[in-house]
Amino acid sequence: MNHTKPDKYGYYGEFGGAFVPEMLYPNIKELQENYEQIIQSDSFQEEFKSLLRDYVGRPTPLFFSKNLSAQFGAKIYLKREDLNHTGAHKINNAIGQVLLAKRLNKNRIIAETGAGQHGVATATACALMNIDCTIFMGEIDIDRQKPNVERMRILGAKVVAATSGSKTLKDATNEAIREWINNPVDTHYIIGSVVGPHPYPDLVTQFQSIISEEIKMQLNEQTGNERPDYVIACLGGGSNAIGAFYHFIDNGKTKLIAVEAGGEGVYSGKTAATIALGKIGIIHGSKTYLIQTDDGQIVEPHSISAGLDYPGIGPIHSFLHDTGKVEVVNVTDQEALDAAFHLSKVDGIIPALESAHALAHLNKMTLKTSDVVVINLSGRGDKDMLTYQKFM
Amino acid sequence: MNRIDKLFQQKQNNLLSIYFTAGFPNLNDTLSIVRHLDKAGVDLIEIGFPFSDPLADGPVIQQSSGQAIENGMTLSMLFEQLKDVRRHTQIPLVLMGYMNPVLQFGEKEFFKKCNEIGIDGVILPDMPLDYFECKLQNIVEENDIANILLITPETNSERINQIDNLSRGFLYMVSSNSITGGNKTMDMQTEYFYRIKAMNLKNPTLIGFGIKNKETYENACKYSNGAIIGTAFIEHLKQHGIAKESIQTFIKSIRK
Repeated sequence: MNHTKPDKYGYYGEFGGAFVPEMLYPNIKELQENYEQIIQSDSFQEEFKSLLRDYVGRPTPLFFSKNLSAQFGAKIYLKREDLNHTGAHKINNAIGQVLLAKRLNKNRIIAETGAGQHGVATATACALMNIDCTIFMGEIDIDRQKPNVERMRILGAKVVAATSGSKTLKDATNEAIREWINNPVDTHYIIGSVVGPHPYPDLVTQFQSIISEEIKMQLNEQTGNERPDYVIACLGGGSNAIGAFYHFIDNGKTKLIAVEAGGEGVYSGKTAATIALGKIGIIHGSKTYLIQTDDGQIVEPHSISAGLDYPGIGPIHSFLHDTGKVEVVNVTDQEALDAAFHLSKVDGIIPALESAHALAHLNKMTLKTSDVVVINLSGRGDKDMLTYQKFM
Repeated sequence: MNRIDKLFQQKQNNLLSIYFTAGFPNLNDTLSIVRHLDKAGVDLIEIGFPFSDPLADGPVIQQSSGQAIENGMTLSMLFEQLKDVRRHTQIPLVLMGYMNPVLQFGEKEFFKKCNEIGIDGVILPDMPLDYFECKLQNIVEENDIANILLITPETNSERINQIDNLSRGFLYMVSSNSITGGNKTMDMQTEYFYRIKAMNLKNPTLIGFGIKNKETYENACKYSNGAIIGTAFIEHLKQHGIAKESIQTFIKSIRK
């Protein structure tokens, strides 16, 4: 069974699909019918790859960390997605989707953002390709992430406050979808993770899979073997995780570990650990695990890292979890903070709080000296300076 | 006989259906609102069960859903409130809401419960057609529930026919491409209304979204069997309360 491609209705096993109201159906249908053909075409791939190389700065380095390796008694590599233009892996998807929107003759882009990373990446790609851009962001997140709001504005994007519901990422997503319902013809919606109705999970997966494609080649160059023993990535919606896992799924060797945000503890009531607590339900048009009440109301999650603060996970991750292809664990806010400070001191890299979750899991592993471990360092910590200052 | 089918046999013009959110403004208002609407002479009532993330709804219905959830409304509670509703009224009743609460309640149990209580139809806006055909159609039919589906100005004729085939009761004709409570003018939709009328579908049609007063109601009735009002009614409840007189005043302002 194929573990990385959805069926024609957008299902990975029982997860995924397109649970959207009829008002959204034509938008989704247009994408479903066209995305594969467009993004697989030579001209698209050529333009996409050249922008990733010359504008984004890919391939990003695969860095062998002597210091972490000595400390944990294994061979630890960091995939430096933090060195991408705009500071995280989000730009891979933003560039791909703006190129797609242009080919669909759309003249306007909308997107949601939580911490602002996807918003900044989208605003950047829109500035580059001269297309109108509106970003929806929860009112509370706008307050928490001021520098990213200013970055988006400097890049020419309009930032709209989502004032409904809990005024955070899930509500910004709702508002972006509502805006799309009201403007179905000229607007393309760029979702920031492997979530949402089919074909978004597959679309974003394909744009992010460049991460593991590069890891494979780089590992082969550096070690003579393209298959690591472990790949570890943080898991919010799951775009950096699927990017880092994609080419290692079903390779017969590599153990894939997704690290969720435990928040203040899985049973504290303040957590974003979807697999630990979640039940199968429907969020943003997709059937997947999500944190909800017994009655099916979606619960506002908590994580110190805004990028992991999402009540669901991408349907492909629910499927990979249920089929045992990916092990899902979680670490707390404090463990992530400690790991972030540690990497800053030993390797001179200040990671994003999201990525620090993946690093923190190293402490919980039993490793052999021969083990090759790749950690996806999905973003840099500049955006988290205010939080880091508070806990120094 | 299903009360919606019966309604459309007896009456084909100027139908008025009213939507309200169960649990709003207060948790236990549901039955009173149903009875007052019945007395005020509406033809059909749509009872919304709240969801935390209602994608197709504008601010007014979102807010009423949020308030209802805060008040403690759940699907189980709604069924409890409605268990004796058929002692009070024979008006056709439709439940409307999103898939996730139904999934958590249990899809089979949900439709069985609807049948037991005397609910006649269900509108689940985010239920895909293929999902209905594969997973729900049998259960819905076994329980004699009308599956009411939406069409919009962007729905192409092939799909309209498919939707018409899978629907029962009536087709919910969304007036424009928008979320509920929108302000787009009716004139823009005239072409669409005529086009649907000319298709001679098997189901009757009711027009909803953006119907908020006598003028928009009467205009909608020109092109269909009637109209649905939601947002404007919820606004009215918010400002004037749920007393019998208040509800009668609202209905009279729409249709004498």
